[in-house]
Amino acid sequence: MKYIKILWNGILKENPTFVLLLGMCPTLGTTSSAINGMSMGLATMAVLIFSNLIISCIKSLVPDQVRIPSYIVVIASLVTALQMIMQAFTPEVYKTLGLFIPLIVVNCIILGRAEAFAAKNGPVESLFDGIGIGLGFTIALTLLGGIRELLGTGKLFDTVIYSENYGMLLFVLAPGAFIALGYLIAVVKKVAKI
Amino acid sequence: MKKLPSTLPNMLCVLTLISVIAAGALAYVNQITAGPIEENKARTLAEGINSVLGVKDAQVQDTKTVQDANGNDVILYATNQGMAVQAIDPNGFGGNLKVLVGFSEEGAIKGYTVLEHAETPGLGAKASFWFQKGEKGDIIGKNPGEKELTVSKDGGDVDAITASTITSRAFLRAVNVAFHAYAGASATDANSGASQQQKSIHN
Repeated sequence: MKYIKILWNGILKENPTFVLLLGMCPTLGTTSSAINGMSMGLATMAVLIFSNLIISCIKSLVPDQVRIPSYIVVIASLVTALQMIMQAFTPEVYKTLGLFIPLIVVNCIILGRAEAFAAKNGPVESLFDGIGIGLGFTIALTLLGGIRELLGTGKLFDTVIYSENYGMLLFVLAPGAFIALGYLIAVVKKVAKI
Repeated sequence: MKKLPSTLPNMLCVLTLISVIAAGALAYVNQITAGPIEENKARTLAEGINSVLGVKDAQVQDTKTVQDANGNDVILYATNQGMAVQAIDPNGFGGNLKVLVGFSEEGAIKGYTVLEHAETPGLGAKASFWFQKGEKGDIIGKNPGEKELTVSKDGGDVDAITASTITSRAFLRAVNVAFHAYAGASATDANSGASQQQKSIHN
């Protein structure tokens, strides 16, 4: 029960995108299509799960004054490993996300969760927090990417819904990301009553 | 468990230990992934070369890197089925625009592919098909040696991508650079051949 609560907390109550408004740079940058948003969400989730797990295991070994550099080293190593693995086994996804993969290191969601949750809770709780927050981020990015892709190009996950000629290109470009995200946050707040 | 106090030896030891473990883990992952990454790169390149030359099994026999007027690397891949040239233009709408172009013996464009770009999706990103055979900005079969490729807005005869003149200009510049490198390489080959001949006469 406790674990479900932690999961739910990450997905809705403390959703990193809709409620905490953390990690805006990859959120706005990679969501030009649903599949890009989803890949970015999953990549971040993988790092988040492992960083939360490792940091909660080593938290009592790390002296307080050097905790941030230690956490960053852990996170950066995970991201570098992920980058190499993606480059080797999913080159297509790696090509589209490109620069945003190394930037996961400085994604404030990850360091934020390490500081706010993993450094204070046990490994199992931290693992679930990583999954929850990661899922919340993935869902948010997929939704935002889907909306932008649909309005901008008339496609959803590369399936044509309506003709591209009626697409509003604005939504694929940077300003569309802000507009879509703004409305999405408003709708989520209204529906979920957060 | 109680936290370790923040004394200098403690901090040094912990940071060193974490860094060493991290480095070890990364070295291990690198060892596993280095092979597949190289294979991917080689495959992408081979597929690119085949597609721009319009053949199935081009073998790269010689690779040469030269510099264009702006100091950017241009890579010439001489294969048994013709020459493919990789060139870059740094002034695309979103930065670097890297193309691979295949040339026939006479210098006509046999095919091209965009290897790397950061152009706007839905606008400049169309460059990967806009200039292909049968499309609106068809450049296949044109010879940049007879007439420099430019967009119609600049007095050329290539239709630019709608609302993406900057991308189109960058793309055509890269193709022209590729052609000059190709022409330069053929010329030096001919020259060196000639000078060798002269030498043999002198001897």
